[in-house]
Amino acid sequence: MNPLSIYRLRLQRKRLLWRAFLKRRQLRPVTNRMDRLRDQPILLFSTMRNERIRLPYFLDYYRRLGIDHFLVVDNASDDGTHEYLAQQPDVSLWSAEAGYKQSRFGMDWIMHLLRRHGAGRWCLTVDVDEFLVYPYCETRPLRALTDWLDSSGTRTFSAMLLDMYPKGAMHEQPYREGQSPFEIAQYFDSGNYTISRNWHYHNLWIQGGPRARLFFASQPRQAPAMNKIPLVKWHRSYAYISSTHMLLPRGLNLTYEQDGGEKPSGCLLHAKFLDTFAAKAEEEMKRGQHYADSHEYRAYRDGLARERDLWCTWSEKYINWRQLEILGLMSKGNWA
Amino acid sequence: MSLGVVMLCHTALNRAAQVARHWAENGCPVVIHVDSRVPQTDLDAMKAGLADLPDVLFSPRVACEWGTFGLVQATILAATRMLEQFPDVSHVFLASGSCLPIRPVADLKAHLAAHPDTDFIESVTTADVGWTVGGLNKERFTLHFPFSWKKQRRLFDAYVRLQRRLRIQRRIPEGIVPHLGSQWWCLTRRSLEAILTHPDRPRHDRYFRRVWIPDESYFQTLVRRVSTRIESRSLTLAKFDFQGRPHVFYDDHLHLLRQSPAFVARKIWPQADLLYRTFLGEDDQNRPAPNPGKIDRLFAKAVERRTRGRQGLFMQSRFPTWGRGAKCSAGPYGVLAGFDELFTDFRPWLTRAAGARVHGHLFDPERVQFAGGETVFKGGLSDSATLRDYNPQSFLTNLIWNTRGETQCFQFGPGDVQDIVWFIAEDPQARVFIVSGAFAVPLWRSGMSVAEVRPLAARMQKIEADLIARLESPWTKAQVRRWTLAEFLENPAEPLQQLLDDLNPRSSHRVTDLPQLVPLRGFGDFVQDLRNQGMLPVLIGDIDASLDTAPETLPTARLRVVR
Repeated sequence: MNPLSIYRLRLQRKRLLWRAFLKRRQLRPVTNRMDRLRDQPILLFSTMRNERIRLPYFLDYYRRLGIDHFLVVDNASDDGTHEYLAQQPDVSLWSAEAGYKQSRFGMDWIMHLLRRHGAGRWCLTVDVDEFLVYPYCETRPLRALTDWLDSSGTRTFSAMLLDMYPKGAMHEQPYREGQSPFEIAQYFDSGNYTISRNWHYHNLWIQGGPRARLFFASQPRQAPAMNKIPLVKWHRSYAYISSTHMLLPRGLNLTYEQDGGEKPSGCLLHAKFLDTFAAKAEEEMKRGQHYADSHEYRAYRDGLARERDLWCTWSEKYINWRQLEILGLMSKGNWA
Repeated sequence: MSLGVVMLCHTALNRAAQVARHWAENGCPVVIHVDSRVPQTDLDAMKAGLADLPDVLFSPRVACEWGTFGLVQATILAATRMLEQFPDVSHVFLASGSCLPIRPVADLKAHLAAHPDTDFIESVTTADVGWTVGGLNKERFTLHFPFSWKKQRRLFDAYVRLQRRLRIQRRIPEGIVPHLGSQWWCLTRRSLEAILTHPDRPRHDRYFRRVWIPDESYFQTLVRRVSTRIESRSLTLAKFDFQGRPHVFYDDHLHLLRQSPAFVARKIWPQADLLYRTFLGEDDQNRPAPNPGKIDRLFAKAVERRTRGRQGLFMQSRFPTWGRGAKCSAGPYGVLAGFDELFTDFRPWLTRAAGARVHGHLFDPERVQFAGGETVFKGGLSDSATLRDYNPQSFLTNLIWNTRGETQCFQFGPGDVQDIVWFIAEDPQARVFIVSGAFAVPLWRSGMSVAEVRPLAARMQKIEADLIARLESPWTKAQVRRWTLAEFLENPAEPLQQLLDDLNPRSSHRVTDLPQLVPLRGFGDFVQDLRNQGMLPVLIGDIDASLDTAPETLPTARLRVVR
């Protein structure tokens, strides 16, 4: 790669950082409870809107993994999300009324918080419907992983998005507050992911899963990206380019081995396809605040209108991380 | 006679203190060295916590940067203190702050009492097989290392390269034969004193000060000068990964550690509460029988996964480049061109005879023809041609990966989307069988006139010729077998047997039934007509009119009976 394009990447990164810095004014602090954090805390960053029903399980799940503190941006919720979060002892809350789309789908706000509070710490950036699974997650807390990554000099940990879906139509099994969404959305596609290398940003571009199979079969290029790098030992000069799919400087995106071996990686179980989805899709369509003019949601609505069930005979029922590792969706690498 | 423990600590001092207490309460005096980079307040807290134990002492502190002489210096300081303060110590055990005794201290004492004059120290000469993992070996002793490996990596590497090119070598002092080994040892008082009070000690120290990672060579080398009896193994279980970093033990390793014959394990994750509770607590009575192979296997597997990975798997953390497995599937699969056109029941026959999953034309332009006409196949692969053509390589490698343990076969021909051919050609797992020119048979049977067929046949012949050229290029790694239609029809049984042998090499059963050949009476005339129309059917071979008199069924009598 020539020096000019390397310099362009640098400019792009600087632009993203400036953008986040300027957008900081849209954030209004609500609660800040970061004064009594332990040494080297593991932080979770998230933007959300109207996710009250999902919150108890979400917070509980990540507390059990060993997240020390949650930094949440609430984007104009009106269903009690705001009030609920403000009461939590380990949540620091900001609220932002401005447009979700105009802030790069919340990434500008998150990046400002990352730079402000995440530098030098392990930071997990996830949506409220994404649940991290990593090797040995049943027996080892997240800190065991971050300690190990530290000792091996690794700064990023990739976790592919894995769409989970129920058997039968989505509205058949309503989601109750506090329940694990994977009691309902138990299934996933185990082996239909296409991978290509993005030579510009050095990341892998992964697409596939039930969404590509059903909603994007005729326009596969438009299928959503599944590659994610949610866990990063943050530095103030880092920037997420598009959601948490890739980072700058691009060396951070080399979470894969090119010489034939496997690096450790995890999965983000994606609990999007619950009974709450239809309402969400409708709302997002109206707001038009989602990625690529919400065409993703449009595709789902059309797909769902035909009463399509995401489940097929080859759907795999989720058991645990070892199953995902055997199927080749994630890897233990040399972490034993 | 008693055992003294020297502990080198730099982090997780609370855990180190816990272990020191365990040693001391079991009658082993302890001398602790704490890295001078640890804040004084932390050290004071540790000292206060251990104040009630008279047999726990602290040595003067030096900075211990990894790979430098500081670690040796610290060991020397602490060991000297140990020998001076505890005159009845007969063995000194060197441990780190993250070491954990995994067998009762009494066992260790009994072991040492049974071997009173033995030094337990791994000591391997550099002249033989390399002991190190992914690093310098002999050169640790003969090059200069003025730069820090951790902070000035580039300078470090560049300087090593420069010295190699200029052939700069340090002279190894008289009497020193370089040996390497695990830095965790257990030496007798006699040997340790002999090393520490050796008349040449200043010379040794001066030399080793400039050796790379001297903590793995100082005692390991010098013990050879003074010891009468060396048992070259460490009593400490320490496993290293492929980059030479120690593996860490967690709570879920409890069962493995209980099966280890070693006395001490390194390194333990400081928050592995269960391990600390179990091994520092009450003696557990029913230990399983030692099984060191199990631990070795676990870590050997981890290293292999990291360096070689699972062949044919393409995923978020394994994406090999060209030459490293980028063009390689998970297992053998068959690509069959021309067979389906010649037999009426080829697919069911092959399924039966080869015990394989036989798909139709997977790369059909309209739709992926999975076996049994399924619309979705294993792993959630869709039958949509658009999805497949978006990334044909992912499609094929996914299919082969998803069906590990079952051989896949599919039909391929000039009527299919050809993009995948480059991949197949370079995939060593591909078994390609081509009957060239067989595309003409369905054309002939279609009932179209020769004039209509000719351009079609010419186009297909062109595509198939390209296909063959790619499969027979110098870069081809696939196993390719090719017959012209004429060759094939001369004796179809032999190629079919060949096909079965290649696809299912372990099956011993002989093929008794063969698929039903389509009736070919009149095909010879058709080929001649094509010629007369101006086409040169090169791929078909020399079909003569004799076909017209050929039997409709295969000459089973000509099958080889013995392999």
